Amino acid sequence: MKNKYSIFSLARNAVTYHENWREAWRSPEPRKGYDVIVIGGGGHGLATAYYLASEHGIRNVAVLEKNWIGGGNTGRNTTIVRSNYLWDESAHLYEKSLRLWEGLSQKLNYNVMFSQRGVMNLGHTLQDMRDIERRSNANYLNGIDSEVLRPEQIRQIVPIMNTSPHARYPVLGASFQRRGGVARHDAVAWGFARAADREGVDILQNCEVTGILRHNGAVTGVETNRGRIQAKKVGVVVAGHSSVIASMAGLRLPIESHPLQALVSEPLKPILHTVVMSNAVHGYISQSDKGELVIGAGVDSYTGYGQRGSFSVVEGNIGAIVELFPVFSRVRMLRQWGGIVDVCPDACPIIGKTPIRGLYFNCGWGTGGFKATPGSGWVFAHTIARGEPHSLNAAFTLERFSTGALIDEHGAAGVAH
Amino acid sequence: MSRSLRVANGGSIRRTRLLSFSFNGTLYSGFEGDTLASALLANNVRTVHRSFKYHRPRGVVGSGAEEPNSIVQVGSGSKATPNLRATQIELYDGLTARSVSGWPSLRVDLYALNGLLGRLLPAGFYYKTFMRPRFLWSWYEHFIRKAAGLGQAPREADLDHYDKLNIHCDVLIVGGGPTGLMAARAAGRAGARVIMADEQAEMGGSLLSSTASIGGKKPGDWVETVVSELTRMPEVILLPRSTVTGYYDHNFLVINERRTDHLERPDPRLRRERIWRVRASQVVLATGAIERPLVFSNNDKPGVMLASAVSTYLVRYGVLPGRKIVFFTNNDSAYQTVLQLVDAGMEVVAVVDVRSDPQGDLIQQVRSAGVPIFEGHVVVDVRGGTSGLRMVLIARVNKTLDEILSHKGELRCDVLAVSGGWNPVVHLHAQSGGKPVFNEECASFLPGPSVQNERSAGAGNGTFGLADCLREGAEAGRRAAQDAGLTGDGSVDIPKVESHVEGSLHPIWVVPNGLAEGRGGKKFVDLQNDTTVADIRLAAREGYRSVEHLKRYTALGFGTDQGKLGNINGMAILADVLGQAPGKIGTTTFRPNYTPVTFGAIAGREIGSTFFDPTRKTAVHQWHVENGAEFEDVGQWKRPWYYPLPGETMNEAVRRECLATRESLGILDASTLGKIEIRGPDSAEFLNRIYTNSWLTLEIGRCRYGLMLGEDGMVMDDGVTSRIGEDHYLMTTTTGGAAHVLAWMERWLQTEWPHLRVYLTSVTDHWFVTSVAGPNSREILTKLCTDIDFSADAFPFMSVRAGTVAGIPARVYRISFSGELAYEINVSANYGRSLWQAIMTAGQSLNITPYGTEAMHVLRAEKGYIIVGQDTDGSVTPGDLGMDWIVSNGKDCIGKRSLSRQDTRRENRKQLVGLTTVDPTLVLPEGAQLLNEPAKEFPAPMVGHVTSSYFSPSLRHSIALALVKGGRSREGSMVYAQLIDGRVIPATIGQPKFFDPENQRQKV
Ligand SMILES: Cc1cc2nc3c(=O)[nH]c(=O)nc-3n(C[C@H](O)[C@H](O)[C@H](O)COP(=O)(O)OP(=O)(O)OC[C@H]3O[C@@H](n4cnc5c(N)ncnc54)[C@H](O)[C@@H]3O)c2cc1C
Repeated sequence: MKNKYSIFSLARNAVTYHENWREAWRSPEPRKGYDVIVIGGGGHGLATAYYLASEHGIRNVAVLEKNWIGGGNTGRNTTIVRSNYLWDESAHLYEKSLRLWEGLSQKLNYNVMFSQRGVMNLGHTLQDMRDIERRSNANYLNGIDSEVLRPEQIRQIVPIMNTSPHARYPVLGASFQRRGGVARHDAVAWGFARAADREGVDILQNCEVTGILRHNGAVTGVETNRGRIQAKKVGVVVAGHSSVIASMAGLRLPIESHPLQALVSEPLKPILHTVVMSNAVHGYISQSDKGELVIGAGVDSYTGYGQRGSFSVVEGNIGAIVELFPVFSRVRMLRQWGGIVDVCPDACPIIGKTPIRGLYFNCGWGTGGFKATPGSGWVFAHTIARGEPHSLNAAFTLERFSTGALIDEHGAAGVAH
Repeated sequence: MSRSLRVANGGSIRRTRLLSFSFNGTLYSGFEGDTLASALLANNVRTVHRSFKYHRPRGVVGSGAEEPNSIVQVGSGSKATPNLRATQIELYDGLTARSVSGWPSLRVDLYALNGLLGRLLPAGFYYKTFMRPRFLWSWYEHFIRKAAGLGQAPREADLDHYDKLNIHCDVLIVGGGPTGLMAARAAGRAGARVIMADEQAEMGGSLLSSTASIGGKKPGDWVETVVSELTRMPEVILLPRSTVTGYYDHNFLVINERRTDHLERPDPRLRRERIWRVRASQVVLATGAIERPLVFSNNDKPGVMLASAVSTYLVRYGVLPGRKIVFFTNNDSAYQTVLQLVDAGMEVVAVVDVRSDPQGDLIQQVRSAGVPIFEGHVVVDVRGGTSGLRMVLIARVNKTLDEILSHKGELRCDVLAVSGGWNPVVHLHAQSGGKPVFNEECASFLPGPSVQNERSAGAGNGTFGLADCLREGAEAGRRAAQDAGLTGDGSVDIPKVESHVEGSLHPIWVVPNGLAEGRGGKKFVDLQNDTTVADIRLAAREGYRSVEHLKRYTALGFGTDQGKLGNINGMAILADVLGQAPGKIGTTTFRPNYTPVTFGAIAGREIGSTFFDPTRKTAVHQWHVENGAEFEDVGQWKRPWYYPLPGETMNEAVRRECLATRESLGILDASTLGKIEIRGPDSAEFLNRIYTNSWLTLEIGRCRYGLMLGEDGMVMDDGVTSRIGEDHYLMTTTTGGAAHVLAWMERWLQTEWPHLRVYLTSVTDHWFVTSVAGPNSREILTKLCTDIDFSADAFPFMSVRAGTVAGIPARVYRISFSGELAYEINVSANYGRSLWQAIMTAGQSLNITPYGTEAMHVLRAEKGYIIVGQDTDGSVTPGDLGMDWIVSNGKDCIGKRSLSRQDTRRENRKQLVGLTTVDPTLVLPEGAQLLNEPAKEFPAPMVGHVTSSYFSPSLRHSIALALVKGGRSREGSMVYAQLIDGRVIPATIGQPKFFDPENQRQKV
C-alpha cells in the first residue's frame, strides 16, 4: 500500500521534509449516483462506509457530511469505551464493537490510541450495588470481562479518590472492566475515512442533505446543497439530527435531541490512570494522554439543536468531581463544549430498516455511542448490504417501539457513556 | 545572571516594599506591585519553561492572559496550585514557584532530545506510528503520558472555600480599560446598576502601561478620578481580579473573582474565589485587543517578546526586559513603545519594519530620536540560548513580503520586541452567539452583529486610537443604559488626548527566511503546543483543511492559553496555503472559559458530607443515632438500616428485629415515604388516570394500594393512597421516587389535562410516620389512643381514622407491609419524637423492638411484597409481577395501551417467582443471574435474576424473589445461580409468597 503509515515511512518522509505525504482522503466531486449513500460523516457513518467496502465489496459508496467529518458527536465526546452492558442484546453488540476496537489501529493503519486502561463504575447505595452485581454477573455469563471491586481495591487502583465512609454518598464498591478504556476520537473518524477512501469510498464534505428522494415507497437518492445524488440504498447516521432527516422522508422517530456537555481541565502530569464513572454522584472522569482531565455528566434536560449547554450543568458536574476527588479542587477548568445527542426512550439505538424501501437508519445512540463506532458500522454495513439486519442488531428495530420489545438500559446506564 | 534589569525609577510598583520569593528553589526579590513575570525579568531570569513537544527553552512573551510560556506551579501541600501564568501572579512575600517542565532541570532538559528528532515528529506523527506490536501501545502510552501534562495536581485536599453570588444588573461592563471606564461612567451617570469586571488587580487596562496624557492628566491619575467617581455611585460595583469567563444564553454571564491568591497571609475567613452568576440586561464588551506575534524562524527563543509586553514591563513595573532591544513590526503601534524606551533613556538598537515606506507621526518621532529604522526588512532568524538572545539576523524583503532579496547581517541585542498587529478580544462576543467577521484593515476578526443584548466597544471592537476608544466607550455605556430602560442623563465629556496619524498595517503571516518552506529554524505559530508553520502546511497537504481539522490535527490553539496569540496567525496561514481569504475559512469556535477557572470555585459550597447534597433526616433521627442505628442512604434520606445491640452482627440484629415483630411488636420509622396531598373536585378522576386500578368508588376513610405505570406500561411507582375528605386524598410513594412522581403528575396535569381541577402539594416532610406492627399492635394502640375504636369491625384493614395518639392529633392507618396486624400513625413532624418516645415506653412490656429497612425488607419479602426499583427495573409489567388483578378493565390509565402490545402480552416474559435454595442455609446473592443449567461455555443463556434475597428468621431458611422467564409456569423446577466468583447455587422455583400465604395474620 502506498503511503502506509509506520515508523519507517515517517523516517523516509522526514528526509523529504514531509512534503510527499498524500492526502489522508480525497476530496472528489460528487458523482451522479452511488450504490449506497451514507448520510453523516461521523465515526458511525465512516465506519459503515468502510465496512461496506471492506466486508461486503460494495465500493461505489459516498459519505455525505454537511460540515467536516468527525465534527459532530464523534469529535465532541469523552471517548469512554466499554462493553459491560446489562442486557444480552446490548452486551453482545458492544462486545462485538470492543473486539473490533482491539485491532482497529492495525486494521485501519491509523493509530486511534485505544487505551485499555479500565473503566470503573462506582456504587454508592445498596441498590447501586445490587445493580452492579447483577450487571457484572450478566457480563460474566455473556463472556465479557468484569470484576466487582470492594472499596479497598478501589483505593488501590485510584488512591486519590475520596473513599471515606463519611462522604455524603460513600463509595460502597464498583464494577470494573479492564478491557474498557478511551480512544482518540478524531483519529477514529480520520482513520475510518482514510481506510474507506483507500477502498474507493468518496467522502464528500460540506455536502448537506436537504431532501430524501422517493418513488413508489422506495428511496431513489438525496437532494444536497451540491446537487442531486442518486442511490437505491441510503443509510442515515446523523446522530442528533436524525429526526430532521427522518422528517424529510416523512417519518417520525421516538427520539429526543438534547445538548450533552463535556469539559476539560488544564493538562496535569499523570495522576488518574483509569476511567471512573458514578451515577449517584453524577459525573465521570478520565485523564487524556495530553494530561487534561476529561469530564462529563448527563444531558441538559431541555431539547434543542444548539451545540451549547447551561452553566448550571457544569456546576453540578464539577461539584460531583470535586466531591469524588477533593485533590482536584485547585485544578482549573479550561474549556467546555456541547454536542447534540439522540436519546431513545429505552437508551438503546435503532439500527435497521424503515417503512421506506432502501432507507436505513442508525441512530439513538444518545450519550453513549462512541464506544459502538466500529461495531455500529459493522452491523449497519451488513444490514444495508444484505437488506436484513445481522443477528447482533436484529433486536434494535424501529418496530420495537410499537411491539414493546424495548431493551431498557436506563438502569444500567444512568450516566450512559 | 543576577544583574538586575530594574530601572532606577518609574513604574507603579511600591519600591519601599521589598518582597522575597523563590523560583525553582532560588531566592529572588521583587517589589509589591510586581507580577511573578516582571520580578523574574527584573532578576534577569530568561528561561522559565520548556516547551511541550520539543522541550525548547522558553521565556516570558507577554504580560497577561495571553502568555503561553511562563506556566508555573505555585505553593505546596494543600495550597499547591498548578498551571498559573507568571504574568498573572501578583507577587507576595514568600511566594514559591516552580516551572512545570524540564527534566532533570529547566536548564538541562534531556527531553530536549525530542528537538533533535524533531523531523521525525511532525504534526500528528502519533497517528502514524506506535501501532505495532499491538500490545506495546500501553507501553508507548506510558511514556507519552509521562512526557505530557503541565503542572501537578495537589496531593492534598483543598482547605480553601469558595462562594457564589447571583446578581442582576442593568449593564455589565467587561474590561476596565479606557473604553470600559467611560462606559461605566456613562451608564452609571444614567442611573444604571452597573457591574464592571476586570481581570487585572486594578482598573485601567492599557492605561496602566501608557504614558500618554488624558485630559491633561497622567493616565494613572485619570483612572483614579474615574474610579473614585464610580466608587461613589451606590449602584456601581467594581470588580478587580475578576474575569468574565463565560457568556451563556439569555445574557447570563459568569464572573470568576479571585480574592486571596495575591495575599501573603490571607485571613482564613476569606473565600479564595467567588463565582458571580450574572443576569445582565445589557452587556458592554470593552475587552481590548491582544498583540499578535510575528512568525519567523526560531521566534520562540527566550528574549523574543511582544512589543506591548516590553512597554508594560517598562512603564508599569519599571523593568527593562533587556539592555539592547530590537523591534520587529508591521504596524505603527510598536513605535510607541520605542518612544517610551527612548524617553526612559534606554537603548533601542533598531526597528525592523516590513513596510517599505512606513509613514506616520510616531515613525517620524522615532526617526528624529535617532533610532535606525530598517524599512522593507524582516528578521529572518535569531540566535540565543537559555540565557537570552544574542543577535537577530535581518534581510531585505520584497514588496509582497514573501521573498528575501538580500541578507543584511546581524543586529546584536538581547531582546526582540515584535508586533504583527492586534487581535480584538472577540471571545465573549463569539460565546454569546455572535460570528466574528474578518476585517482587512486590521487583518483580524471583529465582532459581528449582536445576537444577544451586547455591544462591543474600543479595541475589542477594532477601534484602536485612544480618543476613539474613549468616545466609543462613553457611547456604548450611554446606549446600554438606555436600552436597559434607564432614562437618566448618561452624558460625559470626552477628555482630550493627543492623537497621531497612523500608517496602515501590512499583514505578514509567515516571515520568509530565504529557504524553502519548512527548512531552517522552526517557525512557531502556537508556542504552547509547539505548532509550527510546517505543521500547518502538512495538515493542509494531508487533507485536514477545515480550521477545525487543522486545530485538532496540529493542536493549534488547544493550550491553556486557548490560542490567544497563535490562533489568528494559524488560521491566516492555513487560508494562505489553501489560497483562500482568511475571512473565508473563519475561526474555530470560541468556547468558555475565556481563561481557566478553579474547579473549587465552580463547585462552590456544594461539596463535602454536609453540602454536596441535602441530607434528609426524619423527626426521630436523633433517637436512631442514640440507639446505635446503622443507616442506609435512600435517595437523600438517611434511613435506619438496623439497630445492632452491642456485640451483635448485622444478621443477628435483623433476625432479632424480624422475630420480635412477628412474635410481638415492632416499630418502624416510615416517615421517608413520599406523601403528596391531592385536592380538588377532579381528584378521583385524576387518580383513576394515574393508577391502574379504579378510584371512583373509594369511600372517605378508606385507602387503597395503587400501581403507577410509565407510558411504556412498565411499573414506575407504587403506594397506598387514602381518601381523607370529599375532594381530598393523600398519596404515598416510594422514598426514592417521591420527587419524580410529583413531577410526573404535574407534567400530566399541566400539559395534558389542564382542565382537571386538581392541586398537588408535597407534604413528605410535614408528617412523621411510624408503623407499629405485630400481633400486639392493637393492644398498644388501644393503650395510647382512646378516641378511636380499634376493633376489627370498626376499623377494618385498609382504612384510616383520625384521633389522638399519646395526646397528639393523629391519623391512624390500618395497613401493613409486613403481613402482620399493623397500624401506621401519622402526626405532625414536630411531634414525632414525643410520639415515638410514648410508644416505646408503652411498648416496653411487650418487648417493642425498633426495626430498620433491612428487617422491613425481610418481612415484606417473606410475604412476597415487591419493592419498586429493587424487584422491578423499568422492564416489568403488572402482569409480570402476578398483579394483573390491579389493572382495571373498565377504564384507561397511563401505560395501559402499552400492556396490549405484542411484546407485553408475550407468554415467556420474565415473571416474579419465589426461590428456595437447595441448601436452605445458603442465601443467594442479590443480582445473581439464573440459568437452566450450569454453563460450560460463554455466552451462556440466562433466564432471569435474583431481585431480593434474605435468610428468613421465621421460616429458618433462605428465601429469594426473582424474575424468571415464564417463571409462573415453572413451579418446582430448578434454576442455577452461576456467580462471577465461580460458585453455582441451585434453587427451586416456587410462589413468590413464603409466609402466611392466606394473609391470616393481618386480618385479625
Ligand atoms: C459531550 C459528549 C460526550 C459523550 N461521551 C461519550 C462517551 O464517553 N462514550 C461513548 O461511547 N459515547 C459518548 N458520547 C456519544 C457519542 O459521541 C455518539 O453516540 C457517537 O459519537 C455518535 O456518532 P455518529 O457518527 O453517529 O454521530 P456524529 O459524530 O454526530 O455524526 C453525525 C454527522 O452527521 C452530520 N449530518 C447531520 N445532518 C446532516 C445532513 N443533513 N447532511 C449531511 N450530514 C449531516 C453531522 O454534521 C455529523 O458530522 C458522547 C457525546 C457527547 C456529545
